[in-house]
Amino acid sequence: MIGYIPVYKKLIPVTMILSLLLVVSMLLGLTIGSTGDTGAAWKLLLGQGEPDATLEVIVWQLRWPRVLLAATVGASLSLGGLVFQALLRNPLAEPYILGVSGGSAVGAILGILAGFSLFPGLTLSSFVGSLAVLLLVLLLSKRKEGNSDSLLLGGVMVNAFCGAIIMFLISVSKTSQMQKIIFWLMGDLSSASADSLPLLLGVLPCFLIIFLLAQPLNLLLTGRESASAMGVNVAAVMLVLLLTASLMVSLTVCHSGLIGFVGLTIPHVLRMLLGSDHRTLIPACILTGASYLVLCDLLARSLPSQGEMSVGIVTALVGAPLFIGLLWRGRR
Amino acid sequence: MSLIDIQGISLQYDSLPVIKRVSVQVEQGEFFVIIGPNGAGKTSLLKALSGLHPLAEGDIQIRQRSIGDYSRKELARTLALVPQQINADFPFTVAETVLMGRYPHLGLLAVEGKKDLQLAEQAMEFTEINHLAGRRLGQLSGGERQRVIIARAICQQSKILLLDEPTASLDPAHQLRIMDLMERLRHREQITIVMVSHDLNLASSYADRLLLLKDGEVEKIGTPWQVLTREQLSQSYGCTLLVDENPQLGTPRVSLVSEKVAAKISSEEDACEQKQ
Repeated sequence: MIGYIPVYKKLIPVTMILSLLLVVSMLLGLTIGSTGDTGAAWKLLLGQGEPDATLEVIVWQLRWPRVLLAATVGASLSLGGLVFQALLRNPLAEPYILGVSGGSAVGAILGILAGFSLFPGLTLSSFVGSLAVLLLVLLLSKRKEGNSDSLLLGGVMVNAFCGAIIMFLISVSKTSQMQKIIFWLMGDLSSASADSLPLLLGVLPCFLIIFLLAQPLNLLLTGRESASAMGVNVAAVMLVLLLTASLMVSLTVCHSGLIGFVGLTIPHVLRMLLGSDHRTLIPACILTGASYLVLCDLLARSLPSQGEMSVGIVTALVGAPLFIGLLWRGRR
Repeated sequence: MSLIDIQGISLQYDSLPVIKRVSVQVEQGEFFVIIGPNGAGKTSLLKALSGLHPLAEGDIQIRQRSIGDYSRKELARTLALVPQQINADFPFTVAETVLMGRYPHLGLLAVEGKKDLQLAEQAMEFTEINHLAGRRLGQLSGGERQRVIIARAICQQSKILLLDEPTASLDPAHQLRIMDLMERLRHREQITIVMVSHDLNLASSYADRLLLLKDGEVEKIGTPWQVLTREQLSQSYGCTLLVDENPQLGTPRVSLVSEKVAAKISSEEDACEQKQ
């Protein structure tokens, strides 16, 4: 039929190509870096050449957790963006722009000050922070239904407010962890270690839940009442999706700080290429978001001749102009 | 027994009553049109019928079963709602949108099979939009988009179709196209049609029965000739509406006249009465 490609005919090739992209990105992430020889790293991965203990440590204990963290965070943020865009029916919605990431960062920092451990205490306090912001955003969107400007302005203000609270909390605290202000405000993946691996286990069920709700999400895009009249239990679907997406975002924020615009860039590009069917978009978003952040992090740690920069700088340099472009196009 | 039995329902919006103890029955295969001034509660009644509005009082039964006892998907298989507009901000194609109507018939992952595609194609043929199948919803005109929404509802295969002002903002040719589509659906598939409309003349020539609502209450239920009288309409709408017989159709014809003309007509009529 014209105008329609069966789901599996789209899903299978798209997933295969994007999985390949992810594998290539991860291999690049493992082999390229500021220290060590790239060629030797490739040989190490292929099991050839002289065994090199230092390089092995660099590749497997430093780069591998970091690549894995980048992939997980990238996948979660871009999927989070996709879900928020669908639920709020606003193509500009995104965890960072809506302030949901900011809220969960404030929650996480309060958790650190209260002396919580990373799991479950910190994750939970960060989850509560993101939910609080989300509730505020939803109230705002309900009051001014269809007015995307007020939603975005609200998000910007919540974000600024959260930024100020983060700065305040950091300036009054003496905890040594708190000195990495940049970590929270610009987003950074350098804290990656074996400790961050449970994050992966936390977000995988979230991915699955969201994928199972792909078709109700499609219907929701045509309007809440319209979806309800076609048999979608709108309240239940929205609640599950909002909770799942917020949980996913807060899990990642605890590990990476505020990384902006991934959730805007990836879903937008994919929607242009693949159309609006979320049954294809959701897996595509997970895979592309993962590859994207692995590559952004690769740039962040290899571009500066000394040290490294925050990955949030790279994503903002790409994402912010895109955001402005979209806003511009929407005005016309 | 009636197909749809609305039993003394009341509806509230933010604790403000919008429908007050309305009772009405719609029969199988009927073309039923709800009319009334703005804010009369027409759309709210339609929403309540499709289970989108909680009832403050009373009950709605479809096939002698309360709609509260239907699951969401069951209800969607029983009746299909055609809203005035659907959101077109996200670039779904026409074919994808029409196929969404299959959702209440599909399982968890909602993967469409051959039969679903066939039904969607038939629905698009029936509404004459198959040439638009690959277009994005945002690129269509108002009349085309309305037909897409109707095709989606047909694809839902429900025996009851609820339409909210489907002809609003359409030119006469498109209005007729939609109304004739409804007629054909009714005859070919024995579909029951409940429609909200502001167009009294369209209602007059297509409806079996009319429900005239005002301020959330039933003013009159009956055939077009019973409801569309000059006294009834002038009282309900608060303005003079002339009613005569359409010489070609034999149905009531409603004409809108300016205040000045209305005054002139009524003074002429008074003079006539005095003569007699």
